[in-house]
Amino acid sequence: MTTVAWITARGLFGRRRFLLLFPLPLLVVGLAVLARWAGVAASEWVPPVIVGLGLAVMLPVTALIVGTGVLGSEIDDGTLLHILTKPLPRWQIILPKLAVAAGVTALTVAVPLYVSGVLAQGVRFGLALAVASALGALTYVAIFLVLSLVTRRPVLLGLVYVLIWEGLLSSLLSSTGVLSVQQYVLTVADRVAPTSLLTPTVSLPVALALSVVLTVGGTVLAIDRLRSFSAAGETS
Amino acid sequence: MTNVELSGVSRWYGNVVAVNNVTMSLGPGVTGLLGPNGAGKTTLLHMMAGFLAPSRGTVTLDGEPTWRNPAVYRRLGLVTEREAAYDFLTAYEFVLASARLHRLPQPEAAARRVLDLVELTSAEDRRIGTYSKGMRQRARVAAALVHDPEVLLLDEPFNGMDPRQRMHMMDLLHSLGDAGRTILFSSHILEEVEQVSGTVQVIVSGRLAASGDFRTIRRLMTNRPHVFAIRSTDDRRLAVALMAEPSVNGVELDRDGLTVRAGDYGSFTRALPKIALASGIRVRRLLPSDESLESVFSYLVEA
Repeated sequence: MTTVAWITARGLFGRRRFLLLFPLPLLVVGLAVLARWAGVAASEWVPPVIVGLGLAVMLPVTALIVGTGVLGSEIDDGTLLHILTKPLPRWQIILPKLAVAAGVTALTVAVPLYVSGVLAQGVRFGLALAVASALGALTYVAIFLVLSLVTRRPVLLGLVYVLIWEGLLSSLLSSTGVLSVQQYVLTVADRVAPTSLLTPTVSLPVALALSVVLTVGGTVLAIDRLRSFSAAGETS
Repeated sequence: MTNVELSGVSRWYGNVVAVNNVTMSLGPGVTGLLGPNGAGKTTLLHMMAGFLAPSRGTVTLDGEPTWRNPAVYRRLGLVTEREAAYDFLTAYEFVLASARLHRLPQPEAAARRVLDLVELTSAEDRRIGTYSKGMRQRARVAAALVHDPEVLLLDEPFNGMDPRQRMHMMDLLHSLGDAGRTILFSSHILEEVEQVSGTVQVIVSGRLAASGDFRTIRRLMTNRPHVFAIRSTDDRRLAVALMAEPSVNGVELDRDGLTVRAGDYGSFTRALPKIALASGIRVRRLLPSDESLESVFSYLVEA
């Protein structure tokens, strides 16, 4: 398992798309520092910067880049076969990859969210954002990992989910929030540090239960799909 | 002793049949899987390696199915046609990772052994991304051999290799075959197969066209009917003379000259100069008109 995790991490950091992870966190922290320095009231800048940019864009986009990167890239370039031609039960391939992806995503988003949370309302709010986004990272990554195995266009499908379902539809229909990871993150953060700055639409039990269902379900499906992985030849 | 058995194996993609009712048995030694591009060689290899489910029939390794059965990789190694390797690792790291994933008791020693076997020791600490095609191929072969598998499948292993590397790879496959391993490699080049393996499986348009000893198949290929295009100083008179020759099956005369169908390559090419000389006709052009590998293959399908 550690060897799979090691190769996965080397592959993630060795590819150029890793650099895509940096601009959004820098932007979030930069805007938070700027707002604080300019003396803008927290209720004015927290919804657009922390919720609108941090939780609604930075978290899912980072999870998408990393989640499809740990498996999708290896499927695309064919290197996955090197790991698959080993006598490993397939869960021993999926779990380390999931762990690396969730860890990298959580670290990438939790740090800037913690910093901007502290700037907005203090340490407790910062911690609440960090914990909630780490949980969200795991759920998102599990979804995007299985997308890499069920479709040839995981990035496109992932973007559709994030932008259309979570972004557009949830602002029009509040009922779509039940199947929106972003709403779970808001619920958990609001529970850890109750604040008027966040307005979650889902109850805590629902948020936690669906996070578990999506994470476990995605992982189990990914393991099963990997068992039936079919190689595509360049010539048939 | 390990056998790979294919029994009535077909694979189709929608309406396209890639492999059609193939039954074959591979035992120890080196076997060449020969066929033109697009014949279904890669599909067949992927099914043997457990990376594609047969639409019909069974693929087994000593009785165990290869599909959805990762345990077979304890005894099977695969070198794919795609050049993919982890460019960001050195060859040593890459092969060592393979050894670790196989849970070998001494992964470092196993990695050194196979890197030495493929003669990559001097470059083992360079990143694979900096390698030439042939070197990448050898790194991939080393990774596939690190657990000393009983069965090794290679898809077009000689592609992109220079003659020296090719020789070395051929020697390597020979010695593995002599040591009792079951080696199967695919190729679309007749000479490659001729040099490496005594046994050959010829696949054309998804069907097994011929199978067995290479020399027998080679003879079948040379003794098949040949078509020649001939131009001479007097085509009509030459046609008459040729019809008397037993090795000639038919002659056609048109504006471009003669089209001759000969039953046997050797006797016809020996007889033609004698006939021309005896009749006082000068042959201006003699072209074998169906010498492409595809026509050889399609003849085998019909034979």
